[in-house]
Amino acid sequence: MIAFLLAQTIAITGGTVYPVSGPKVENATVLIRDGRIAAVGTNVAVPAGATRIDASGKWITPGLIDGAGQMGLREISAVNATNEAVLQGNDVAAAFNVLEGINPASTLIPVNRIEGVTTTLAVPGGRLIWGQAALIDLDGATIEAMRVKSPAAMVVDLSEGAKEAGGGSRAGVAQRLRRVFNDALEYSRRRTDYTRAQMQQLAASAADLEALLPVLRGQLPLLVVANRRSDIETALRIGREYKLRLILAGAAEGWMIPGEIAAAGVPVLVEPLDNIPSYDALGIRYENAALLTKGGVKVGLLETATENTRNLRQQAGNAVAYGMTWDQALRAVTLTPAEVFGVAESYGSIEPGKVANVVVWSGDPFEFSTGVEHVYIRGREIPLRSRQTDLLERYRSLPPKY
Amino acid sequence: MRHLSAALIVFLAACASAGARQTGSAAPAPTPAAAPAAQDTTEGPQYPSTYQRHANPPVLIRNAMILTATGQEITGGSILLRDGRIVAVGTTVEAPADAVVVDGTGKWVTPGVIDTHSHLGVYAAPGTQAESDGNEATNPVTAEVWAEHSFWPQDPQIPLAIAGGVTTIQALPGSANLIGGRSAVLKLVPARSVQEMKFPGARYGLKMACGENPKRVYGNRGGPSTRMGNMAGYRTAFIQAQAYRRRWDKWNKDHQGDPPERNLRNETLAEVLRGNIFVQNHCYRADEMVQMLDLGHEFGFKIRSFHHAVEAYKIADVLAREGTAVSIWADWWGFKEEAMDGIHENAALVQQAGGRPVIHSDSESGIQRLNQEAGKAMYYGRRAGIQITRDQAVRWFTANPAWVLGLDSLVGTLEPGKMADVVVWSADPLSVYARALQVYNDGWLVYDRNDPTHQPKTDFTLGREP
Repeated sequence: MIAFLLAQTIAITGGTVYPVSGPKVENATVLIRDGRIAAVGTNVAVPAGATRIDASGKWITPGLIDGAGQMGLREISAVNATNEAVLQGNDVAAAFNVLEGINPASTLIPVNRIEGVTTTLAVPGGRLIWGQAALIDLDGATIEAMRVKSPAAMVVDLSEGAKEAGGGSRAGVAQRLRRVFNDALEYSRRRTDYTRAQMQQLAASAADLEALLPVLRGQLPLLVVANRRSDIETALRIGREYKLRLILAGAAEGWMIPGEIAAAGVPVLVEPLDNIPSYDALGIRYENAALLTKGGVKVGLLETATENTRNLRQQAGNAVAYGMTWDQALRAVTLTPAEVFGVAESYGSIEPGKVANVVVWSGDPFEFSTGVEHVYIRGREIPLRSRQTDLLERYRSLPPKY
Repeated sequence: MRHLSAALIVFLAACASAGARQTGSAAPAPTPAAAPAAQDTTEGPQYPSTYQRHANPPVLIRNAMILTATGQEITGGSILLRDGRIVAVGTTVEAPADAVVVDGTGKWVTPGVIDTHSHLGVYAAPGTQAESDGNEATNPVTAEVWAEHSFWPQDPQIPLAIAGGVTTIQALPGSANLIGGRSAVLKLVPARSVQEMKFPGARYGLKMACGENPKRVYGNRGGPSTRMGNMAGYRTAFIQAQAYRRRWDKWNKDHQGDPPERNLRNETLAEVLRGNIFVQNHCYRADEMVQMLDLGHEFGFKIRSFHHAVEAYKIADVLAREGTAVSIWADWWGFKEEAMDGIHENAALVQQAGGRPVIHSDSESGIQRLNQEAGKAMYYGRRAGIQITRDQAVRWFTANPAWVLGLDSLVGTLEPGKMADVVVWSADPLSVYARALQVYNDGWLVYDRNDPTHQPKTDFTLGREP
């Protein structure tokens, strides 16, 4: 059975392919073999025995990637028993990796993948250092089968939400973070002293300090939640001091300083429909994604509501309505997040050799009038079925079909 | 309140049918007739509306795609607005000499968007505890509180909603309580006081809430702690209100002796029993909605609309039979146990069964794109094989919410004689790419995307913009 599945070859023919890595190709064939994209183009020979999918008039894109949310970690947000995203009681939860908290049987996974989202970042929650986020594909019976990259990023909060962990002050937050980083470096230099208990009290546990070393060596990106302009600038400052690979998330007032962010080479993850002012970001506005992009910043788009990760395409459509180009918006939900999380060699575009996460749409993927026709994750055709489609079938005519 | 004399109450009762007062208007356009007024009420126009239509030259929007929400769509249509009213809609409308002519080529026009479920002003931005005025969570029954007494007209979220095409909202108390208090039905215009926003002649709504929220909030504070406790709470409150109503109705009839003592809680509930205040009922699950319909039967009132109603599709036949509307989201689900069965096709299935769906927001973000949410709900319905017309989907955020608020004779469609609440869109409003370009409220150009002089800001925003 496994051998058969691996050997499966699928040819999606006749559609318009938006590979993202290059211009669209009309009347193209996408050949999927062994879970990978084998060929794309107008002159692709379809091998005998391949499953043919007629995609005439359809639009074909890479599966959408959402760099936010808690897919698999949170079934019902108001029911604590179903939540796995937060390590309670540790402000510096650097050693906390969410991966083993993921529930591959979550009902949220089918609901969202059948709307075209194939890969998401499972992000921990917390206070100051939230822990390690994992990138997962939305298919697989086991965590191992879903895992794309873990850890994909270390997550830190520099927004208003972290203030308690900083003694009630943003300055305290930044200083505490530096103490933790300094102690991690000190710990790495003096492990022997540490084991002999010859070091003073450190700012975090040995496990948490150890987990920060890949960040401090520039191997693991530090995803920083920051919205106010000054918080973004603090993040960039700390990034310079420790030579970190930063990713900014939220970045509501980022549009004020695209030059600074672009000069630092820091990508930004933005939720386009976020525009409600708070004291964390009075300058928040719909045009943020477009203005950052115009300013030369690499921008990925987010939908942060885990249960409605499927609305990533609506977020992208609205980013277009407020100034991004359509091509930029598509890239911002596919190849850009793949680059941001360091998996662009195998994710984010339709190119030979890449993992076959592919969606066939009836039209423009950002439009409400468009439906999903086929979803492939790692080359497997996903049945377009979820708990919600089951409910529809039960109740589409009354009395219900029990 | 206690110092209000009995004599004054008598006076107010006498004025009960007066509706809203138009005070000293410089541009005295006739206000459209108020909603049918109370007959046997103890109330008059307390805290009256001081809303005044803003003067505006006549406007002719020409050569647009006009979605009237009456069943008619007019390609290359024109619409004339004058003195706060829609004067003419059609393919050939003459522009008066003094009219501002708006070229609607490539643009789309709908009635102003109406949200039956908003917490703007009562849960204002920037969202600190200081502005948290939506739940009087001190008692499970607070029929005595009125949302308008919390409403802050300087909420910076208001201009954002206006820019989304919204012209009328129902601002509701939150859902912590079984009976949360009176709603405020408001014209969404810049104002110094809520009185300047109160929709002339609009009825109050009564916010009620089923399910998880009240039992969570009061479970450790004296109850209710169960759904059966919730039901007992509503019934107890309405039994008291029945007795109160009898005392007042008798006194209003014969004026024998001293009037009964006023009780704010019972006063509101008695108005529900008389049919003068509409019940607006937060309720997610199908089985609980059926319980609430029975509660209405027990006490002789109609539930005007269920709100949230993520399981409405399971009882779409019952809802159609009862004539109860549902104010729902296109796709919210899953954030709590009672919201687990939400599906995209909810609105379409309710429509198909002959019910009255409304797309509502309950969100300072969602209120800015009710048109998009309606588009989403329509297209999901169509993909499931349910034939929803564009006109029906436009009614989900215009005519149907107008009905839920009892204002359907005044707003919600583009017809001569109706209030000139009109939105000009950049594209088909059911498209993700559509943005409101112009918003007219009662004929006033309250928002113009391309003209910074028509982009109102609240006081809160001044000096805080970068």
